[in-house]
Amino acid sequence: MSSAMGVLHILAGKMTLDSLFFVKVWHNPTISEVIAGGAGGLVVLGAIVTFGLITLLGKWRYIWTEWMTSLDHKKIGIMYMILAVIMLSRALIEAMLMRVQQAVAVDHPGLLSPDHFGQLFTTHGTIMIFFVAMPLLAGLINFAMPLQIGARDVAFPYMNSISLWMTVGGGILLMASLVFGEFSTGGWSGYPPYTELAFNGGVGPDYWIWAVTLSSVGAMLTGINFAVTIYKFRSPGMRWMRLPLFTWTSFCTAILMIFAMPPLTVATLLLAADRYLGMHFFTNALGGNMMNFVNLFWLFGHPEVYILILPAFGVYSEVVATFSAKALYGYTSLVIATVVITLLSFTVWLHHFFTMGQSAPINAAFGIATMAIGIPTGVKIYNWIWTMFRGEVRFTTPMLFSLAFMVTFVLGGATGIILATPPVDFMVHNTLFLVAHFHNMLIPGTLYGMIAGYYYWFPKAFGFRLSEAWGRIAFVCWVLGFYLAFMPLYVLGLAGAARRTQEFFDPAYRPWLIIALLGALLIGAGFLSLAIQLWVSIKARHANSVPVGDPWDAWGLEWSIPAPPPEYNFAVLPHVGGRDAFYWRKKNNTAYKPADRYHDIEMPKHSMCGVVVGLATTACFFGLVWHMWWLAFAGFAVTVGTVIARSFMRDVTEIIPAAEVEAHHRHWLEMATASLPIPRPLELTPENEGLAKCPK
Amino acid sequence: MSEVREPELRHAGLNLADKPREVREQLESDVFGFWVFLMSDAVIFALLFSIYGTMESATAGGPVPQHEFKISSAFWETALLLTSSFAYGMVSLSLKHTRRLVWPALWLGVTFCLGAGFLNLEVHDFLTMFHDGATPERSGYFSSFFVLVGTHGLHVFSGLTWILLMGVQMALFGLDQRTRINLIRLGLFWHFLDIIWVVIFSVVYLGALAR
Amino acid sequence: MIGWGKRRLRKLPVCTAALAPLLLLAGCAVFTHGFLAPAGPIAAAERHELFVVSAILILVIGPVLLLTPLFAWYYRISNTKSVYRPQWQFSWILEGLIWVPPTMIVILLAVFLWENTERLDPYRPLSPSLPPLQIQAVSLDWKWLFIYPEQHIASVNQLILPAGRPVHFSLTSGTVMQSFLLPRLAGQIFVMAGMTTQLNLAVSQPGSYWGENAQFSGDGFPRQKFQVIGVSPDAFGRWVTTQQKAPGRLDDKEYQNLSRQSIIAHPMTFGTVEPDLFAKIVNQEITPGYLLQHKEAKSHE
Repeated sequence: MSSAMGVLHILAGKMTLDSLFFVKVWHNPTISEVIAGGAGGLVVLGAIVTFGLITLLGKWRYIWTEWMTSLDHKKIGIMYMILAVIMLSRALIEAMLMRVQQAVAVDHPGLLSPDHFGQLFTTHGTIMIFFVAMPLLAGLINFAMPLQIGARDVAFPYMNSISLWMTVGGGILLMASLVFGEFSTGGWSGYPPYTELAFNGGVGPDYWIWAVTLSSVGAMLTGINFAVTIYKFRSPGMRWMRLPLFTWTSFCTAILMIFAMPPLTVATLLLAADRYLGMHFFTNALGGNMMNFVNLFWLFGHPEVYILILPAFGVYSEVVATFSAKALYGYTSLVIATVVITLLSFTVWLHHFFTMGQSAPINAAFGIATMAIGIPTGVKIYNWIWTMFRGEVRFTTPMLFSLAFMVTFVLGGATGIILATPPVDFMVHNTLFLVAHFHNMLIPGTLYGMIAGYYYWFPKAFGFRLSEAWGRIAFVCWVLGFYLAFMPLYVLGLAGAARRTQEFFDPAYRPWLIIALLGALLIGAGFLSLAIQLWVSIKARHANSVPVGDPWDAWGLEWSIPAPPPEYNFAVLPHVGGRDAFYWRKKNNTAYKPADRYHDIEMPKHSMCGVVVGLATTACFFGLVWHMWWLAFAGFAVTVGTVIARSFMRDVTEIIPAAEVEAHHRHWLEMATASLPIPRPLELTPENEGLAKCPK
Repeated sequence: MSEVREPELRHAGLNLADKPREVREQLESDVFGFWVFLMSDAVIFALLFSIYGTMESATAGGPVPQHEFKISSAFWETALLLTSSFAYGMVSLSLKHTRRLVWPALWLGVTFCLGAGFLNLEVHDFLTMFHDGATPERSGYFSSFFVLVGTHGLHVFSGLTWILLMGVQMALFGLDQRTRINLIRLGLFWHFLDIIWVVIFSVVYLGALAR
Repeated sequence: MIGWGKRRLRKLPVCTAALAPLLLLAGCAVFTHGFLAPAGPIAAAERHELFVVSAILILVIGPVLLLTPLFAWYYRISNTKSVYRPQWQFSWILEGLIWVPPTMIVILLAVFLWENTERLDPYRPLSPSLPPLQIQAVSLDWKWLFIYPEQHIASVNQLILPAGRPVHFSLTSGTVMQSFLLPRLAGQIFVMAGMTTQLNLAVSQPGSYWGENAQFSGDGFPRQKFQVIGVSPDAFGRWVTTQQKAPGRLDDKEYQNLSRQSIIAHPMTFGTVEPDLFAKIVNQEITPGYLLQHKEAKSHE
């Protein structure tokens, strides 16, 4: 009997029946536990339904061969976006739950227990940063950047697949925490010593450590991939100062990922060393120093802000230029501003903890560096404004989001300057003012940009446009919802309301919290509108199809190929003679011409190695969370074994014969010739087949 | 100037001159990507060094480095690793100048033995320190010491594994393009570890002596 | 609890509609509860800085808020009267306007910031002549301990301060990192185990204020708030004398009890305090109560 228990203990590690979500509800059926259990149930149900549907429809082979094992940068990009949307739905529900809790919990315990509330703000932050914003931007860059520079794929397609599946693995760990055990309550920044064993002995902080580690390693590899792609795989004539702005921001983002992800990896792994090996990096006792963690975390955390925001800046540059039908104003200025932001972003991390007792000159120096970042950022805003000047502005959904971004973002920037002033920061740090500020930066600065980019490039990826009507409804919900949800938090922060608070005691907070709740619900409606938009658009895909591939009369190379593009992107690698390459080709009537000669194209074969490496690492980390050492070891062995086995494979590419390329290309050219050129005011009508009428 | 930029001179050992342009570009970016990875890895070591720096006085009343470090052993470790780096230099040179397998394989073997010797000494040192009670659990100082030096040691260990694998691949595939690329990358990795060790030796071991 | 939640939730929309104006009126009270209603020279100076910075920032954000809608609307595609120059993309004058004024504003802000950060450094004594009242503050799970070392008394979750006299805090943590914030009196400073940070402030007028921990520290965090009572110097003297006669001695043992994870309903006071207790807490010479709790919980299993 006891030996059987021993075996069970080895197999299950720290996991017991009490770790399961439904057992927890059974033991303690409070409303808080019921909500938590319901979330766990949803995860299980969602998984069952998804697997069941795929099996029922017999789509496993298709999903495995066409998607999961694909090394095509476009498909990997799309899979990143799907991951982001799934995770976004969870994090948004969590946000609404927190708003409900705070609105009802004035002088009352409310619905959620303190521990549950702690998990909610931790998972909300962790998911939004690492599993929504990062996958969204990695997805967009993956999809659009190689097309913009005229490349056939990224530099390391196999590594790209590993990055994707590691990020997916992190998402799986977060979802698993709803079903098995609990998540950390230490916030997305996971400051020790609170997250050390002495204060949190459960599996929560371990889930946080390993999920974030997966994401950070994946992002670091992605950064290498993007940087090398842009550095080495530009098509002939695509010089640095001819790159589209989105590619420039992608490049700077990649550089930031390469240098800023290691501090995060070091921070999480050293915390793991404390928790697993009894070391003393950040403990209270025996020489540990938690200030090292704070520095490491923000050494990552501040560049991370620009990792999140720069790609959106790139999207806005594309969108504003396209929908103003005008060349970008001040290209050189924009590039310089982007590079300056990239460099400065490494010099300001201390402003996240002015209150840690540094001397005044140090605080002042970092405060000034922070304000200095405002200059290039402001320059960018003015560049977009002057891009509209003497243009022909069309108020499509992405353009509306861009305009809302410009107006909202400067408000967030202004509160950022306020926070960068140390004496003011002393008052509003760690309050809801801070929460309002960073949502004011990240929602317009990242999310609006990602939505705009999604709408803008969607026709390129799938060959049909998204519904404009639902796009506008979503726009109204998002923008109005944002103002309602976050402006009250500025007020509450000034009143001294601490962030991450499960219960308030000042009745004067109540009206503000109720307004914020309404805003959060409206944002939820905005997300729902986007889902409806997708559904409606898929149903109307034949009417709105744009197979020729240039629905917005845009000027970048990505619009010069069919929608959706073939696996190899370009039948013949384009030769670039200047900025806005496609504009000049359309202007000179050379956009839709067959090539003189077609060549065989060598492309990477599909490979299951990326999926296996990503998921085996996830299994290893799940084993580490629960002290199931056998699983940790097995996962590690499979990971290393797969990497080694792959290095022995020699037959990893396939040839697409020139004849096939030519046939496909000529078929598309015929389609372009047969299509009706559409002038800009009619681009939202079903007549738009993706062939733009070149004006004047 | 233009001659210096010829591909075969940029990456000694690849012998790329006769390859078509796309192949050259692909292979070059493979090596370039590894450089970028090493930059990222260098950031990790830089951070571990700075943490070590902040923890120098955090011995928490436990053992102190002056008594625990054996400078002679650290000296021999340095000698072994530096020589192994020289041996790897010979691997690269023989890749460049011969098409035969035997010389690169031989020098690779020498590199492996020297690296294994280094690791053996290091593990022995660690065990002696454990025996004295200077364990990573004892104080923040020793946590940071073992993680810094241990991370380097783990890198050396993976380098040794990689050398073995390259040996097998050379036996299986000869010196084909992929093997050459990986040998070049392995070389970068190995020399990188050497540089890191030089810093460890100066900062950690000599630094403790100077205190 | 479940019943309450349901009932209240169903009523919520109706209540809001009916009571919205009233509620908003009640909501205005927040302006007098925090930073915007300073009750001491430090908070007042910090608020002044907020106003100045905000005023300067209007220069930056104003043009964006104006030009964005203006250009977007005027150059809309349906406006055939507006000029269209698709390849117009550069002007040196505009570049100057875009780069130079923001840079000047940031330089202005930087000078302002440098001076005020020095002036409002929390470590800087308020008055060179007047010796401040010394207070040693310790953050615990989930309460605040205040030791008056010169008066040899201590209180928990209650801070009595003489109005008009500078106060100097030495702070440490007996647990995780926390953040000491007195919204109407002075900005926050982190408190960390094994080290001390400092804060200087003063209360202008007698009155009742509040303080809190602003850094999440676990389940009891929302309740880790305390009363701050500003009294006249005479009343402070009387309070000290009364307290010194009160029973209760804060020593290692009592501190260990206090540092257990708990929420206390009412403020506590101690008539005597072991002299070097604060130093012992900083040097972590007393096993904290939460570790004892862990051990007890383990042995219980």
